[in-house]
Amino acid sequence: MALLDVQDLAVSFVTRNGTNKAVDGISFSVELGKITAIIGESGSGKSVACYSLLGLVPMPPGRIDGGRALFEGRDLLKLEETELRRIRGRDIAMIFQDPMTCLNPYMTIGKQLMEPLLYHRKVTTAQARARALELLAEVGIRDPESTIDNFPHEFSGGMRQRVMIAMALINEPKLLIADEPTTALDVTIQAQILKLIAELQHKRDIGVIFISHDLAVVADIADTIVVMKQGQIVETGNREGIFRNARHPYTQKLLAAIPTDSKPPRPGAAEPLIRVQNLCTWFSQGRGREPVRAVNDVSFDINRGEVLGLVGESGSGKSTIGRSILRLVPVTSGEVRFDGTDLTALEGRELKTMRRRMQMIFQDPFASLNPRMTVYDTLAEPLLLHGIETRKSVAQGVLKLMDDVGLARAFVRKYPHEFSGGQRQRIAIGRALATRPEFVVADEPVSALDVTIQAQILDLMQQLSREYGLTMLFVSHDLAVVRHLADRILVLYKGEVVEQGTGDELFERPRQAYTRQLLQSIPGRSLLS
Amino acid sequence: MWRFIGVRLLQAIPVILVVITVTFFLVRIAPGGPFDSEKAVPREVKAALEAQYKLNLPLFQQYAAYLDDLAHGDLGPSFKYPGRSVNELIAAGFPVTAELGLYALLVALGIGGLAGVCASLKPNTAQDYIPMSLAMIGICMPSFLLGPLLVLLFGIYLDWLPVSGWGDIPGDKILPSITLGAGYAAYIARLGRAGMLEVLSQDYIRTARAKGLPRWQVVFKHSLRGGLIPVVAFLGPAFAGLLAGSFVVETIFQIPGLGRFYVQAAFNRDYTMILGTTVFLSVLIVLFNLLSDILAAWMNPRLRAQFGGH
Repeated sequence: MALLDVQDLAVSFVTRNGTNKAVDGISFSVELGKITAIIGESGSGKSVACYSLLGLVPMPPGRIDGGRALFEGRDLLKLEETELRRIRGRDIAMIFQDPMTCLNPYMTIGKQLMEPLLYHRKVTTAQARARALELLAEVGIRDPESTIDNFPHEFSGGMRQRVMIAMALINEPKLLIADEPTTALDVTIQAQILKLIAELQHKRDIGVIFISHDLAVVADIADTIVVMKQGQIVETGNREGIFRNARHPYTQKLLAAIPTDSKPPRPGAAEPLIRVQNLCTWFSQGRGREPVRAVNDVSFDINRGEVLGLVGESGSGKSTIGRSILRLVPVTSGEVRFDGTDLTALEGRELKTMRRRMQMIFQDPFASLNPRMTVYDTLAEPLLLHGIETRKSVAQGVLKLMDDVGLARAFVRKYPHEFSGGQRQRIAIGRALATRPEFVVADEPVSALDVTIQAQILDLMQQLSREYGLTMLFVSHDLAVVRHLADRILVLYKGEVVEQGTGDELFERPRQAYTRQLLQSIPGRSLLS
Repeated sequence: MWRFIGVRLLQAIPVILVVITVTFFLVRIAPGGPFDSEKAVPREVKAALEAQYKLNLPLFQQYAAYLDDLAHGDLGPSFKYPGRSVNELIAAGFPVTAELGLYALLVALGIGGLAGVCASLKPNTAQDYIPMSLAMIGICMPSFLLGPLLVLLFGIYLDWLPVSGWGDIPGDKILPSITLGAGYAAYIARLGRAGMLEVLSQDYIRTARAKGLPRWQVVFKHSLRGGLIPVVAFLGPAFAGLLAGSFVVETIFQIPGLGRFYVQAAFNRDYTMILGTTVFLSVLIVLFNLLSDILAAWMNPRLRAQFGGH
């Protein structure tokens, strides 16, 4: 018998604008000792389905329309809140997407870890603490004795996710629901966390539901894969079945969205537009302390029309390089030449003129757009500010930009919150292109997006870089994404360039151990190559 | 931490100097003087009085003399209460005002905090609308209206509580404390509600629920601390407002606090008394703002670490 058997589950949200069927009659099951992956893009209902099992969907506006969810013979959907609470955190535990926001910043991790144990089992505080220390060691936290009383902000993202996992496992649940547990993490950390989850699951022989938008992530660990779209299951199969012969077009589209190819070599003469020499950007930590050497003696060229990929994990200094070039952070020493002019020496008006020729696209299209400005205002502002369009012609200019980035003209009066993540990133790209820049720094422009959307945005950027003749610095932690877009790739580690070459060179003949580690971290490599 | 406090205290010095200077010259620009009265005072007598209090000196010399005395902790003699110094008068009136302010703060925190938390737990229901509507009325209603209304209801119609005095009859401290605290209770209710709603929508609250914790533990252990930080940060400015507000309440309820001396001093052009009370209060306000900032930072582990106190 299955550990969890979900039949015809239907959940809807009742709002003023009508009823929205978030989950529309889905059935799946989870076996002890197996990992079931639920795959789908944002809004496909995959998280809502799992949250509704545990009564974590706010009601109202949520409403369970029907179905059964048998867990050890009991229907979770029919249980009273008090009974459900006894299962939650004890028999079924959860890990969430963003370990930054999912741990309480006001409590030490020790207290948070012990909480489920103290609440659900008859143990003393000392016993709970001992168990918490054991688990912290098991999930790979170094020196748990001295870190257990630290607050979440004292841990890195990967470490926090390890703490979350320990917290979920502390009551030895039979079922673990992991909701996008690696989406907020770097590829290298993601690979470690995936490995950890698979190991722990194997050791304890528990059932796992792994929710993700990315098929590649679950390629190595899932036993069964359920593909969801718009509240319904479009395809269910075992891992080989899905990856080798996906039947449903949507599954095929998801598979196609995984970046695998390398960009073909670019013909033409090499004439450097950007020339970075011995760039150092250090951040002072206050008197008497060593500065943080975010970027340390880095030199490279970017040729006109070239897309240079910059790869490294969080803290490798990749974003700082992009910001240093645009003079958004003060450069400690070194030279950044743009079309022959040393940018580090420019001030005031001259800098402003140069800035018009360089733009930046940010990671988070939610945070980088002003929520009180419509698309029209956002796009018109740079056009007017830099005198590219006059008051009379600006409307035409805005519409042209919207066409270029693939936004329907009808959206022109809408505000950022009315758009999806992908559409917002299109607006951000439009804003960056408004000043007709020659050079664009794209800082993780697709890492906050679902895979299918990511593929669309990458295609758009490729197409635009050709049309606008852009030179681009593309910053990302994901080698597969960079390989898809970049002509050349620099691998960055602790502020220094450790290796460079074309995508194919790096993928086929990596010279440095660190590059090899990055390559091994790319999810689902074994199945895809 | 100590460095932060030191910097803040140093920053306070120019602020207080500006307060002193502006007050010093403003009260002297205002028409009339401490020894003007309806009855004609012989010129010699007035001159003698002015000489005694150094009022015959040029303005800037008076100013310099005042600052010199102040540096020695001397706020000078009162012009209207002969033989008593401003220091003595403040020492006599302030304990009463402080007590009133403290009770009012407790009323504000108790009622406001409770109302805010209750409202945040069931937003957009009667449990939210009723306390929040009351809070809106509380903010709108000035204490000189609320005070007499409470007196009328509880003191006269119901005859439950005494209507004036301070510490003379049991229960005479209740109405003034409520009158003074009510407006702040309303602000705190609104701040608390907003803070709690913000925290309750955080991902870590969902984590707490996913652990199977009962609702009261989710609220008290996981939400309250973060949700009430804005309230704590508000306590400094609230204290300043309470002191200013206490002057009105002290007048309504005939309470012998600092506020009544202050108001009297303003009417009487009692220069040193006005200045002394102003300086005293501004120092207190600076200190309390600092205190509430430290407290709010202390409640946030991330900021606490920056203070080096961890």
